[in-house]
Amino acid sequence: MSTHTEHADNPKAETLKYVATLVTLLILTAITVGASYINFGPGNVVIALFIATVKGIIVALIFMHLMHDKPVNAVIAVAGFIFLGIFLLFDFLDVDSRTNPQPINLHPAPPAATAPATAGAPAAAAPDAKKE
Amino acid sequence: MEQQFDTSKIGMWLFLATEVLTFGGLFAGFGLMQNKYPMEFIEAHEKLKRWAGATNTVVLLVSSFTAVMAVLMARTNQAKKCAMYLWLTVGCAGIFMCIKAYEYTHDFEEGLYPAKYYSHVGDLIPGSHGYATFFSFYFMMTGLHGLHVLIGMGLMSWLAIRASRGEFSDKYYTPVDLVALFWHLVDLIWIYLFPLYYLIT
Repeated sequence: MSTHTEHADNPKAETLKYVATLVTLLILTAITVGASYINFGPGNVVIALFIATVKGIIVALIFMHLMHDKPVNAVIAVAGFIFLGIFLLFDFLDVDSRTNPQPINLHPAPPAATAPATAGAPAAAAPDAKKE
Repeated sequence: MEQQFDTSKIGMWLFLATEVLTFGGLFAGFGLMQNKYPMEFIEAHEKLKRWAGATNTVVLLVSSFTAVMAVLMARTNQAKKCAMYLWLTVGCAGIFMCIKAYEYTHDFEEGLYPAKYYSHVGDLIPGSHGYATFFSFYFMMTGLHGLHVLIGMGLMSWLAIRASRGEFSDKYYTPVDLVALFWHLVDLIWIYLFPLYYLIT
């Protein structure tokens, strides 16, 4: 276990580091709860997710030992989040670039009386739906 | 032995990456539906108890600390302290589940059920599917997270028993290290669940 001897040599210092980490995380939690009571408009989401990300990075680096661990583990962890990022990016690009994400055939059917007059409409609209 | 330890750890990290993607899919769905029903989601989120979410965040952060201490104790040949810290982690997880059970009970009393079972009355936009959608995601995500907490409790109780038998030392503490990694991921997921469900308005 040669990679871990440098930590095992000094459990007191390690303990102190973990306590400091815990205190930092608790302070960040207090800040994020406090900030949620103030109205920053759309800024609230940004602040909350930014603090959550900072907390997540602290947990990964110190509690999950990524800081002093073999780099391959960090590569796997970061790769996981990169693929999640790609997934979310294209998801939200899709949402932002269309007005109604619901397929057109889920719209309520037109009333029976007017159905003959507009019978051609759904068929005509269908190709547009595919293009969206 | 060291190579075995490193290999196990890589395997654990691969599993954690798949966990991130599992929850990531649910987060994406939550984001999309929030985009679709912004008003309903704001109103629904105010029915959740912010103090309960905040307390649970603190409890989980403390449990992450005790988990990392258990690893340190295992690695420095302090078997009794290792077992103690593992039991403390199980205790924190228990408190978390109790608070969650209290929250769920309260939600059910108000008719805040997922999907078609949603029966809360007096919403600002009557008949909107947004409220039921919010609670579907809420119960799905916190429920899946709670399942992880329960699994973590089981694993850590098992490790605590093994630790008090003196099975772990600086020569061999792989299971403690891997379960602690799993536990930190459970904490990390909650770090995101908490602001998204309880705080964002």
